[in-house]
Amino acid sequence: MTIFTEFGRYLLMLKGMFSKPENGKMYWKEFMHQCSEIGIGALGIVVIISVFMGAVSTLQTAYQLVSPFIPKSTIAQIVRDTVILEFAPTLVCIVLAGVIGSKIAGELGNMRVSEQIDALEIMGINTKTYLILPKIAAALVVIPMLVVISAVLGIWGGRLAGVLSGILSESAYDKGLLQFFQPYNVFFALIKAYTFAFIISSIPAYYGYYVKGGALEIGRASTKSVVVSCVMILFSDYVLAQLLLDSSPS
Amino acid sequence: MIEFKDIEKSFGEKQVLRGVSAVMKAGQCNLIIGASGSGKTVLMKCLVGLFEPDAGDIFYSGDSFNAMNTEARKALRQQIGMLFQGSALFDSMTVEQNIMFPLDMFTHNNYSDKLKRVNEVLERVNLTGVNKKFPAELSGGMKKRVGIARAIVLNPKYLFCDEPNSGLDPQTSLLIDKLIQEITIEYNITTIVNTHDMNSVMETGDHIIYMYDGLKEWEGSNKEIIFSKNQRLNNFIFASEFLRDAKDMRMLEAKGKIDNDRNMDELLK
Repeated sequence: MTIFTEFGRYLLMLKGMFSKPENGKMYWKEFMHQCSEIGIGALGIVVIISVFMGAVSTLQTAYQLVSPFIPKSTIAQIVRDTVILEFAPTLVCIVLAGVIGSKIAGELGNMRVSEQIDALEIMGINTKTYLILPKIAAALVVIPMLVVISAVLGIWGGRLAGVLSGILSESAYDKGLLQFFQPYNVFFALIKAYTFAFIISSIPAYYGYYVKGGALEIGRASTKSVVVSCVMILFSDYVLAQLLLDSSPS
Repeated sequence: MIEFKDIEKSFGEKQVLRGVSAVMKAGQCNLIIGASGSGKTVLMKCLVGLFEPDAGDIFYSGDSFNAMNTEARKALRQQIGMLFQGSALFDSMTVEQNIMFPLDMFTHNNYSDKLKRVNEVLERVNLTGVNKKFPAELSGGMKKRVGIARAIVLNPKYLFCDEPNSGLDPQTSLLIDKLIQEITIEYNITTIVNTHDMNSVMETGDHIIYMYDGLKEWEGSNKEIIFSKNQRLNNFIFASEFLRDAKDMRMLEAKGKIDNDRNMDELLK
């Protein structure tokens, strides 16, 4: 199957999601279930990654800033901007592509090969609307929240590592955090988070929904979905940086 | 009643169905039999709308499936129940949630009414006290019964069963066959069963279609199948020596040469 055929089928899947729900209550229930699965399910790993990511950023930035003319508070500025602009949205979303993406592809793939999707179709339910739309909608709601949490914890982790290792004081770090802060960076991070959330949920849903075969094919679909999601995240990261940072007010 | 006319279906170069027609009446078990690759599963998937036939038409109680719009097809599907080969129960839901799912989706009944209906159908398939169990905790036969319960919970007019006996021991298979037959008569459902199981054919085959290479090769009942002279059908049905002997005995019995097996000793002399 050519890349164009796959892309066309992916677009048709997205188009097919938009139909009138058979029962709004059931769709809402499924949406809330997915929010919990994606949000709570990935919270633990996001917390751990974020704290260590911030801590390591502080230590490595301090290691590189050897000049006595550069104030210590600069470390906090660099950590803040790195975490907000790149680490929290991109790194966390790449990890989430593995955690959430493989789960979505595996779940839908298993439903496909065990004929559960056919069973829903025969009942008269639009399976694209019932199974895929709530996952994408939940990802669009929850993943930006996880990115915000990640950014906060990353900055806090950097502060903790800076203080514990004696690199800089709490007040120096806090002072650095407030210097030259641009709210636009947060907006940029959120734009990235929404884009990546869509990629993380829709691409694995596509690979899982159209899987054919058995357990081996589910595994392959799951792996492929994570690889394609990661590549698409990195590609769109570059495109967004080119588009949005060039025209930023700075 | 379901009627289908000249159904054709191809996948790429391979033509799987080559103009199949039949009438499946209500209140009887209509069986589709045939070797693997003969097109029976594709035919069933065309009938339930999972595959779109390339040519031909399907009539549900006289209404053309081709002529129906999306909404009409959705409405029709609520009158269809289907038992899948692997039961297709939702893994993450309990037995009760599985059976209640169509009620949750398509009715506005309150929980106690829905639970009452769930317990009714569970009782009908002789399965009680399993409401809170998950599919993984059930045996193959129990899963099939839950599948039947879910298929009939909305009182369907049409019931499709795809290889209901696969993976079951002969005794459980017979119980499932009897259950499908009883439900078919009790609710006057048009039941279509896709099977390989010769016990099912002999026990429940009120109306049988034998498929061969994408075509309807033979049509009749379980009483007529014994006397059929169709070589392909005989090769398929009476594949083993044991079954060929059983057929010969039935024919001798029908000709009055033996009285079941009571005068077998005399005959064997």
